Amino acid sequence: MAFVRGFFAFWYDFIIGDDWKIALAVVLALGAGAVAVLAGYAASALLAPLVALAVLVAFTIALVVDVRASS
Amino acid sequence: MFTSAVAGLAVATFAASFVEFVEALTIVLAMGMTRSWKSAWVGTVTALLALVVFTAAAGYALANWLPESALQLVVGTLLLIFGLQWLRKAVLRSSGRKALHDEAEEFREQTEAARRAGRESRFGLDWFAFVVSFKGVFLEGVEVVFIVITFGLNAKNMPVAIIGAAAAGIVVLVIGAVAHGPLTRVPENTLKYGVGLLLASFGLYWAVEGLGILTDGGNSIEWPGGDWMLLVLIAAWLLLSRALISALRRPARPAVTAPVARATEEV
Repeated sequence: MAFVRGFFAFWYDFIIGDDWKIALAVVLALGAGAVAVLAGYAASALLAPLVALAVLVAFTIALVVDVRASS
Repeated sequence: MFTSAVAGLAVATFAASFVEFVEALTIVLAMGMTRSWKSAWVGTVTALLALVVFTAAAGYALANWLPESALQLVVGTLLLIFGLQWLRKAVLRSSGRKALHDEAEEFREQTEAARRAGRESRFGLDWFAFVVSFKGVFLEGVEVVFIVITFGLNAKNMPVAIIGAAAAGIVVLVIGAVAHGPLTRVPENTLKYGVGLLLASFGLYWAVEGLGILTDGGNSIEWPGGDWMLLVLIAAWLLLSRALISALRRPARPAVTAPVARATEEV
């Protein structure tokens, strides 16, 4: 049991790290991109830049929330 | 042929791996100097063997079972999260909201934890020193594996990426052996900021390409401008991080004058 707990703790620490909000921001922004691809916009030249913009905005929001919560 | 692209790939892989190896070395040194060199080295060698098995298994699975776009989505997303964690810390440190990372301080914390931990012996080893060294080297090593995979495959030059990472490992080992202590003079905060920008940019580029796994053909999404967009992404993360540092900067506290400080101490 301790091994299983340690195993999951290792991978949580590895993937999520210090701030879970960053991982959530990335998943949400890429998830929005995935919805756009499934909706048929994969060939659009705007898709990649817009997903990139979504990740930048999501990161900014996660960081500001983090700073406000700790100050 | 040695081109600027090859040099860029080697430098990027070297720098990113260098930072990871410095962190692993600090942990192993702390365990060796306070607990047991034998257990720390056995932990390190076991972690390296586990890394070889992990890399071989992951490499086989990625090469044979996963389409390219799925590989890009999985590895790109992981690298993007790593890069943004580093960028977050860099922004918080530069804006005065988090203490600068100090390898000497990290070493002190590790050695104190090692002294406080109880003695437990297994297989003739100091178990605490073994486990902490194993975890430290394996964790940082897996990050190096992902960095090599992403940078190497993206530049279609895996040998140079591997050489860059291996060279970083050798340089850190040599410097560590000569210094016989934590590498406090490495400009780690600046390096981490730069590496965070690289990881976030390459990770984002790959993760978006990998969304193509959801299309009927499973082909990667095309970026307008191709690989040149990597430079645009690096510039975008740099500008955003500088803007965030300015916006979040804490005003400097007024300095406490000596008499006031003395009076406070007396109270």
